Amino acid sequence: MSPVLLSLVRKDLRLFFSDRRSVILSFVVPIALASFMGAITGGKGSDKVNRVSVLTVDQDQTELSAKVMKNLAGDPGLEAAVSELAPARSLVRNGKVPVAIVIPKGFAESSARAFFGSGERPVVTLFTDPSHATEASMVRGILTQHVMQAVSTAAFNGHQGAETIDSLLADVEDAGAVGDPALRDMLSGISRWQHQQATQPKPAPNEETEKGGLQIPFETRVEALAAEQGESYDGYAHSFGGMGIQFVLFASIDCAVALLTERQRGLWRRLRAAPLSRSMLLLSRAISGAIIGALILLALFGFGAVVFHIQVSGSLLGLLMVCTAFALMASTFGLLVASLGKTPQAARGLSVFAVLVMVMLGGAWFPAFLFPTSVQKLTLFAPTRWAMDGIDAMTWRGLGLEAAVLPTLALLGFSVLLGTLAVSRFRWEAD
Amino acid sequence: MLLEVKNLKKQYGAVAAVKNVSFQVERGESVGLLGPNGAGKTTTVSMIVGLVTADEGQVLLDGQPITSDTDMRKALIGFVPQDLALYDEMSAQANLELFGALYGLQGTALKDAVQRVLTLVQLADRRGHKVGTFSGGMKRRLNIAAALLHNPKLLLLDEPTVGVDPQSRNAIFDNLEQLRASGVALLYTTHYMEEAERLCDRIVIVDQGTVVANDSLRGLYQRHGASNRLAIELAAAAPGDWLTALRAVNGVMRAELRGQTLNVEVRALADDVPEVLTCVKQHGLTVTHLASERPDLEHVFLSLTGRSLRDP
Repeated sequence: MSPVLLSLVRKDLRLFFSDRRSVILSFVVPIALASFMGAITGGKGSDKVNRVSVLTVDQDQTELSAKVMKNLAGDPGLEAAVSELAPARSLVRNGKVPVAIVIPKGFAESSARAFFGSGERPVVTLFTDPSHATEASMVRGILTQHVMQAVSTAAFNGHQGAETIDSLLADVEDAGAVGDPALRDMLSGISRWQHQQATQPKPAPNEETEKGGLQIPFETRVEALAAEQGESYDGYAHSFGGMGIQFVLFASIDCAVALLTERQRGLWRRLRAAPLSRSMLLLSRAISGAIIGALILLALFGFGAVVFHIQVSGSLLGLLMVCTAFALMASTFGLLVASLGKTPQAARGLSVFAVLVMVMLGGAWFPAFLFPTSVQKLTLFAPTRWAMDGIDAMTWRGLGLEAAVLPTLALLGFSVLLGTLAVSRFRWEAD
Repeated sequence: MLLEVKNLKKQYGAVAAVKNVSFQVERGESVGLLGPNGAGKTTTVSMIVGLVTADEGQVLLDGQPITSDTDMRKALIGFVPQDLALYDEMSAQANLELFGALYGLQGTALKDAVQRVLTLVQLADRRGHKVGTFSGGMKRRLNIAAALLHNPKLLLLDEPTVGVDPQSRNAIFDNLEQLRASGVALLYTTHYMEEAERLCDRIVIVDQGTVVANDSLRGLYQRHGASNRLAIELAAAAPGDWLTALRAVNGVMRAELRGQTLNVEVRALADDVPEVLTCVKQHGLTVTHLASERPDLEHVFLSLTGRSLRDP
């Protein structure tokens, strides 16, 4: 590094650290916020499953619907409570409960016939809170499991099942020559088995006899998205990454404001009167901004590692690559802000908003996979998304170096783009 | 010729900031660029140091134009901007080390240069203090010191005493006179005529983007009717045509009566004052007090433009 460049960079670092407010904003506040966000978003995670609150509404009031209700209430993944239609709708609408299940009238009769491919399928309504899409999907899966189990049991063993088979057989007989002989044979066999079961003495009910009927050919299993065995989601790792990204961007705004203030105070005139190239002046800003950004991320992860035992389960080199590329991107973002802003105040106002949008889209506050699919596609245009993906991949997901390459390249691409825009839009002659 | 400014022009939208400015500065010469606010002085200075690109015209330093931002001929100039271009958050020494480094100074040469300029502006004992704690006058001196680190041949000062108290102004002038004595050429931009009069060998007067006069002080006074002024207080305001007779006296350029004070402008003080007093006495008037004032640039400017130098 040339002595001139070194002097300019050293000057910027000295100015940054001489501003106590800026240092506190950049280092202490993100640590405090990250600790808080990490705690409220699950902390270190555990084997204990977070139970989803759900309301169940039984409009059918049959043996079959009661069985489904009972099974839902006993599911370890759910915290089910019985409700009526109107209050269930209201509670979900007001965000008090994420999901409500409504079993409609006629459910038992329709579902049994539909089980054998005849008649209309009953419609079970799910009231869901739009901000809890993940929980809704989970409840839907659990509901399918319990409905299938209850309906199949009733179809092969229960009174309702016998009536359904007899009714279906009559339908097939009525169809005569056009009826399906194979279906008729199957239904006849089931009917004979049902009558035989009905005349034999019943053993005491136990778990095995309760199951009976068709079984679901698969089981639902919840798996934590970590590549390494034994690793689970680490709310602190995600939170510290997210807060780091946010406050590095805020620091870049401070750098932009400092540059505009330099111009306002006439310092720019003295700097430009010296035999220095314009690129040297902007490059010094980009480098000092990137160093400050990288230091903020380093301080955050250092604190997180010591206090909250955040681990780099993936590649440390990969994490450094992503952090460095992001710090450079943030620095060029600051330059762009400085080139577009006319006054320090105007630049700060606009860029804070831009940062908050970028941070939100990037999943720095919450993981991007929680967003709707359309928003997830949109976030690919936010550099923060690439930074978050890279940091998550290198920390709690435990992915290898190769997973850091694409985010790093994307961030470097954004740096080039923003830097080029900044240089082309910079108002050199403005006072 | 150290600096040659040839037919500079600069337009901002519909406003012609500089219409046609030409002048020269010789080695070791002290030139004042005098004009009211908005005359185009700062724009001219900005074009000289390369902050603003001229629409037309040329700036030659040591006979050559500056071809790029990194042209080392820029180091011939030490630029003192009108604003206090200093980092308040950094110490005086840290500021000077930065600005010296911009001109390629490093190591011992840089340290020596910092010590030299701090001593010149009498701030050596405050070298480690943050600039934000300095008084306005101290900042102004440090602002000048920052432009001297690389030993420029021409010191270009853009209104360097704005907002400075008289004591600090004197200290700054002492520094500048020292520099002038050491052979540094000065181009001093100001709208304070007394500063230009004290410091400059030659004055370039600019008004509305155009050079309206370019001469030595003596030459300006002679050519543009600057006169010695007499304020004669009379015992009583007497009627009669004596004022017409006074105006006809050889050497009297202007005469008018305000209350009991007779204001007279004469060409040569020693030759013309006896004639004036004789004429007054001949008309039966009694003089109670007599005072004289030197000619100044304010009158030159008034004579040239019809406006006061300090008009808004």
